[in-house]
Amino acid sequence: MAGENQTVSEYIVHHLTNLTYGKLPAGYERYDGSIVGDGGAWVMAHGGAEAAAMGFTAIHVDSMAWSIGLGILFSWLFYRVAKKASSDVPSGLTSAVEMIVQFVDNTVRDTFHGRNPLIAPLSLTIFVWIFLMNLMDLVPVDVVPELMMALGVEYHKIVPSTDPNITFGMAIGVLILILYYSIKVKGFGFARELAMNPFNHPLFIPVNLFMEIVGLLAKPFSLALRLFGNMYAGEMIFILIAALFSAGLAWMVPAGLLQIGWAIFHILVITLQAFIFMVLTIVYLSMAHEDH
Amino acid sequence: MNINLTLIGQVIAFFGFVWFCMKFVWPPIIAAMQEREKKIADGLAAADRASHDLELAQEKALERLKEAKHEAAGIVDSANKRASQIVEEAKTAALTEAERVKTAARSEIEQETNRAREALRAQVAALSLAGAEKVLGATIDQDAHADLVNKLAAEL
Repeated sequence: MAGENQTVSEYIVHHLTNLTYGKLPAGYERYDGSIVGDGGAWVMAHGGAEAAAMGFTAIHVDSMAWSIGLGILFSWLFYRVAKKASSDVPSGLTSAVEMIVQFVDNTVRDTFHGRNPLIAPLSLTIFVWIFLMNLMDLVPVDVVPELMMALGVEYHKIVPSTDPNITFGMAIGVLILILYYSIKVKGFGFARELAMNPFNHPLFIPVNLFMEIVGLLAKPFSLALRLFGNMYAGEMIFILIAALFSAGLAWMVPAGLLQIGWAIFHILVITLQAFIFMVLTIVYLSMAHEDH
Repeated sequence: MNINLTLIGQVIAFFGFVWFCMKFVWPPIIAAMQEREKKIADGLAAADRASHDLELAQEKALERLKEAKHEAAGIVDSANKRASQIVEEAKTAALTEAERVKTAARSEIEQETNRAREALRAQVAALSLAGAEKVLGATIDQDAHADLVNKLAAEL
């Protein structure tokens, strides 16, 4: 909930600011009036302006920590099941994990025709990891930030998939795999595919190259933006509904109901977004494997 | 919402987790699932086979039973036949024996009759001889008149 001496817009901005650790350039005047000395300084950013000033040499500590933490949770959970996997009657966690594995395996089999031992585990990782990151959206927006505030941490954003760095990071990973398998499977054919499509004439090579490269880059770009956009918008609505609480006691009940309604709807969105990211990854990699 | 080093961190984390999943998570789980699938398929096939076997066994048993019944009927039949044959044989034997006994008795009777008749004839010859002797008053030479007496006795 918004604090006593905080406007709604301050409240929203606060919720949308990552905990950033980075290098401030030399000569930058900090929030308390001090001037950064020669060679810059590695500090925790205080507010969005300082974070922006840090440029590329900064890291979102909260996004990174939650993303890696959830990745480890996924790995640990599934590794525990994998370690005691047997052909006996499954139960409890094993059944749940096997259900997910079966689901991913079926999706991969339906979409990806070919043999590549990477695709299925890649899809499983993407699906579960993104799902877990999205799931953080369902934690009430104020719980973790307020807790962190009490511990002295100023900013905290717990949904890694609302950070474009995270979604673009994964999409770049997918792009690297697309390029790797395109070159591995097609070899020189990949360059020909870029240069000679859609107009099969030497004169059109620059046009073709431009169009094909834009098409190639559009794939990870759309992956990243779709996930980011959906999650960011979803979180934004959670924050806006939460801001209603500050409008007085009369708003408590409708705001609470809205929060519940949006959360229930959001369960669908987070699963769907994880699934779409996974399916599109499989489709793109399948295209990378197709030799014309 | 700045693009910064987080991007590169996430790329590295991404490949790390994918590698881990590919190395340690996916293969054992999928292997266990496939093994279970095979086990279940085998079990179902075995159940199928067993039910088929049962059906076959039932059929065979039924056939065997029918055969046994048939055989038993045959045995009873032949036994009956044999019994009646034995009875028939016994009857024939008895009849033959009776016939034989009857014939023997008859021949014995005849013999006895003949013997009696012979004795009677001898006595009659002797009697008539004695009578004639008396009548003639003279002793008839037995040897001389034996032919005569015998002729007389044969006429009796």
